[in-house]
Amino acid sequence: MALDRATVAHIATLARIRLPEAELEPLAAELSQILNWVEQLSEVDTSGVAPMASVAASGLPMREDQVTDGDCRDAILDNAPRTARGFFAVPKVIE
Amino acid sequence: MSDWPAALTALSLAEARDGLARREFSARELTENYIAVVEVVRPLNAFITETPDQALAMAKAADERLARAEGRPLDGIPIAVKDLFCTKGVLTTAGSHILDGFHPPYESTVTEKLWQAGAVMLGKANLDEFAMGSSSTTSYYGPVENPWRRRPNGRAGDNRPVVAGGSSGGSAAAVAAHAAMAATGTDTGGSIRQPASFCGIVGLKPTYGRCSRWGVVAYASSLDHPGPMTRTVRDAAIMLRAMAGHDLKDSTSAPLPVPDYEAGLTGEIRGMRIGVPREYRVEQMPGEIEALWQQGVDWLREAGADPVEISLPHTKYALPAYYIIAPAEASSNLARYDGVRFGLRVGAASLDEMYELTRAAGFGAEVRRRVLIGTFVLSAGYYDAYYLKAQRVRALVARDFAKAFEEVDAILVPTAPSAAFAIGDNTDDSIAMYLNDVFTVPANLAGLPAISVPAGLSADGLPLGLQIIGRAFDEEGILRVAQVLESAAEFRHLPAFIAGKT
Amino acid sequence: MLIKGRTGEWETVIGLEVHAQIVSEAKLFSGAATAFGAEPNTQVSPVDAAFPGMLPVINRHCVEQAVKTGLGLDAEVNFVSVFDRKNYFYPDLPAGYQISQYLQPVVGHGRVVLDMPDGRTREIGITRLHLEQDAGKSLHDQHPNLTFVDLNRAGIGLMEIVSEPDLRSAEEAGLYLRKLRSILRYLGTCDGNMEEGSLRCDANVSVRRPGEPYGTRCEIKNLNSVRYVMQAIAYEAQRQIELIEEGGQVVQQTRLFDVGRGVTRPMRSKEEAHDYRYFPDPDLLPLVLDPAWVEQLRAGLPELPDTKKARFISSLGLSPDDATVLVAEQATALFFEQVATGRDPKMAANWVTGDLFAALNRLGIGIEQSPVSPSQLGGLIDLIADGTISGRLAKDVFVEMIATGADPATIVENKGLRQVTDEGAIAAAVDAVLAAQVDKVAEYRSGRDKLYGFFVGQVMRATQGKANPTLVNDLLKKKLTG
Ligand SMILES: [Mg+2]
Ligand SMILES: [Zn+2]
Repeated sequence: MALDRATVAHIATLARIRLPEAELEPLAAELSQILNWVEQLSEVDTSGVAPMASVAASGLPMREDQVTDGDCRDAILDNAPRTARGFFAVPKVIE
Repeated sequence: MSDWPAALTALSLAEARDGLARREFSARELTENYIAVVEVVRPLNAFITETPDQALAMAKAADERLARAEGRPLDGIPIAVKDLFCTKGVLTTAGSHILDGFHPPYESTVTEKLWQAGAVMLGKANLDEFAMGSSSTTSYYGPVENPWRRRPNGRAGDNRPVVAGGSSGGSAAAVAAHAAMAATGTDTGGSIRQPASFCGIVGLKPTYGRCSRWGVVAYASSLDHPGPMTRTVRDAAIMLRAMAGHDLKDSTSAPLPVPDYEAGLTGEIRGMRIGVPREYRVEQMPGEIEALWQQGVDWLREAGADPVEISLPHTKYALPAYYIIAPAEASSNLARYDGVRFGLRVGAASLDEMYELTRAAGFGAEVRRRVLIGTFVLSAGYYDAYYLKAQRVRALVARDFAKAFEEVDAILVPTAPSAAFAIGDNTDDSIAMYLNDVFTVPANLAGLPAISVPAGLSADGLPLGLQIIGRAFDEEGILRVAQVLESAAEFRHLPAFIAGKT
Repeated sequence: MLIKGRTGEWETVIGLEVHAQIVSEAKLFSGAATAFGAEPNTQVSPVDAAFPGMLPVINRHCVEQAVKTGLGLDAEVNFVSVFDRKNYFYPDLPAGYQISQYLQPVVGHGRVVLDMPDGRTREIGITRLHLEQDAGKSLHDQHPNLTFVDLNRAGIGLMEIVSEPDLRSAEEAGLYLRKLRSILRYLGTCDGNMEEGSLRCDANVSVRRPGEPYGTRCEIKNLNSVRYVMQAIAYEAQRQIELIEEGGQVVQQTRLFDVGRGVTRPMRSKEEAHDYRYFPDPDLLPLVLDPAWVEQLRAGLPELPDTKKARFISSLGLSPDDATVLVAEQATALFFEQVATGRDPKMAANWVTGDLFAALNRLGIGIEQSPVSPSQLGGLIDLIADGTISGRLAKDVFVEMIATGADPATIVENKGLRQVTDEGAIAAAVDAVLAAQVDKVAEYRSGRDKLYGFFVGQVMRATQGKANPTLVNDLLKKKLTG
């Protein structure tokens, strides 16, 4: 399918990536080209085929309920662009 | 006159290991040789971060163990680490601006195992941003250059630098240029095998779950495979053994013991049935690739194997399915790069503006493209038509392989549809770039082990690889076949970068 | 329950989504601790902070807690369930997605039985229960232009329990929440502490004319007390009714409850339509449960309030009202059963729901902190039963027990409160009273029957209330008519 500017702008908002106005049109064309190409999958008869999310065959391994991590605030905060009083700090959110 | 600073770097990993064990040279000498070459190869831009001090300290520790006759499997072996593996306290970038200044407070499971085995870290290798690419030209830190060049007498007038392949291009270039004895790579759609093919080295993508993904920056979680890149098949076997193993921290890690892959290299493949899938004979494939593939079939037949034509009917659809599934997972995996806890932040008055400006500035064009495609195919109204459809096709691709492996023991195909191309080519046509992965992607969708072995040169004098795909967890089998190919091909060529300096 | 509007009657339709924090040591997918009230960001692992390359591994105990809760809600347990990613950006959601369960939750349809004030019961359907991660905490009021983020809560296991839109009034919503909390606490799967945020509620509210299809609903987010849930629903229903009656239309919306003003208002940050792009988390495989393990959990479940209530009524002969009150909290039921063992259950129930509850209420403490232990209260009842003290004196003894924590026998002994059953002593007291009240005796004998009580009071006063009332009666009657 062909993506229009508005759709590109919408998915860019969902993905939180600011796109300059001038890029919307060319991106729409590029993304449409890719979508058109992947749409060749519609040729494949997949009726009755279960979707495969993972090739891993074993069951879901589980952890015991034990505290084995945490208590390392410096390691958690050291890479942050901005912190204050032991918190991560971000521009104010209005709820 | 030679300006090559090092004699020891020509050794294979196995040779160096044995030399170290016999104390013919020290880990320190070996490491110093490599540090010198790392400096010489800087024009290739194979490394984002060099860690010579760490390397020397690790070599010292290795020498002390070797002196006490407590040597470990990889003691004193200098390697490069794809900058997608988190290394404790060492800058880890994933080739992206958005991870500016990120120093992980932890070590990835695979690299931790390598250090436990005694390996020495030379530095962090360049790559396509977030491992998304087939050329290693999308890194924020600039493109990687392949140490190989086309022959001067090749295609008229075109002696532009060629790409190293991607996304593990820095790892491949470093190993090919003798700036590392081996390297770690990751392969999501061919990112170990294709650059190995382009750079004339061995690249092994193990079975999904064989090597832990813990501490590896995620691109597409259900398709990401860490694995080794080396100069010989034996070296790949040695590296894989050190890297592989069950990891309780990765829920998709396979709870299986790790065999001694090196011991499995018997050279004996008589009676093995080798599948040759007709669907890989794609239209646009250059004649020399087709010829090399046939050559490979002949080599294996001469070694006593039994080539069988097989059919993998959904091969053609693997690539488009991959380009839905991988971006979908990536769009979610990359949501954590938001300027809050690590990496780049572009200041703004509101939170959403901070997010949008940070991610716009932090992600390059190809990453943006894939995140947007991935966001779209998961979005309301399109999920079934794109994402679920691709997952159903994935199931069919896997089923094709399962059927084939009822008849054959391994599958032989080319690694890539071409040799390395010039830096700058294919960049304005996404799909042309994506087609690089046409022969490698199916094994990722099915999670099967696959290895690329250098098998010959193109008319232009660039390396070409052949690929063996095996049954799940049969890395031993593909390594054995690969080594037979390696012996038959007698690939002894050196890249121009080394040849020109020695 | 219908609401009378300007233009006729309205029915409120309510569905509740409850987020119940799982009682566990470690988080749902990481090894960091879950304790409440720690210094900011001290209970955070790199997994919780979504550092690059970090992967989730599920906590077995949290799965067990969810399954137990499902069984306690009389719900279907799904032997295969799937973890999905719910994608959205928020600073207290580090990965940019919440690991949750969407199409295949671990628990399916179940029910909660409400004990209605008129003594009837009413069944409310449970749509599902799924496992998911909690988010961190954003503090918006600490700085003029910054929001502070604490990830201690990020990644703690939650059970999201979604009801059918079966509730019809704010009162029913309150009953439902209290009952659900009671079941969770019985199971030990959630401590139900709403002040600490262990139990949070989102309410979907709409109104309609009785018998008509559902109206447009609004979701009120993050209600953290039963009272607020009821206030918010009552306000919201009224708002919608007035809106429609004035010719307006309800817009589907996420709203917040303003506790100070008692009103709901639209939530600004949620105005944009959401597209969560759910898909199976590729870092986790499907959760497959062993049916035998589930049966083992079922067998190990404690007796839950509904069963207990039925037993209290049928075996102990309690009234439905008393039984409902006594089973609401497991600790109360346990206390009561200890008191009632080997004693008259009705008497035990009266003491627990009467004097004990009143005293605890006055002191503002729970039954776990009661200064009087079950065996002490049982001892008091025994003293009444064996005639050591009268029921009236027992009230005084109980007050003393609450104040001092002393055993009833000790109090009775120390204060000399033992009932006087010596017939001679009582007869002497009766004689003394009658001798002192010659005029009143004459009045009584001439027909003023009502004076009888006066004589009883005088005798009891003369014996400091310790005289056995039956003997006093017998003797008085005999001597007055005598
Ligand atoms: Mg919800
Ligand atoms: Zn929820």
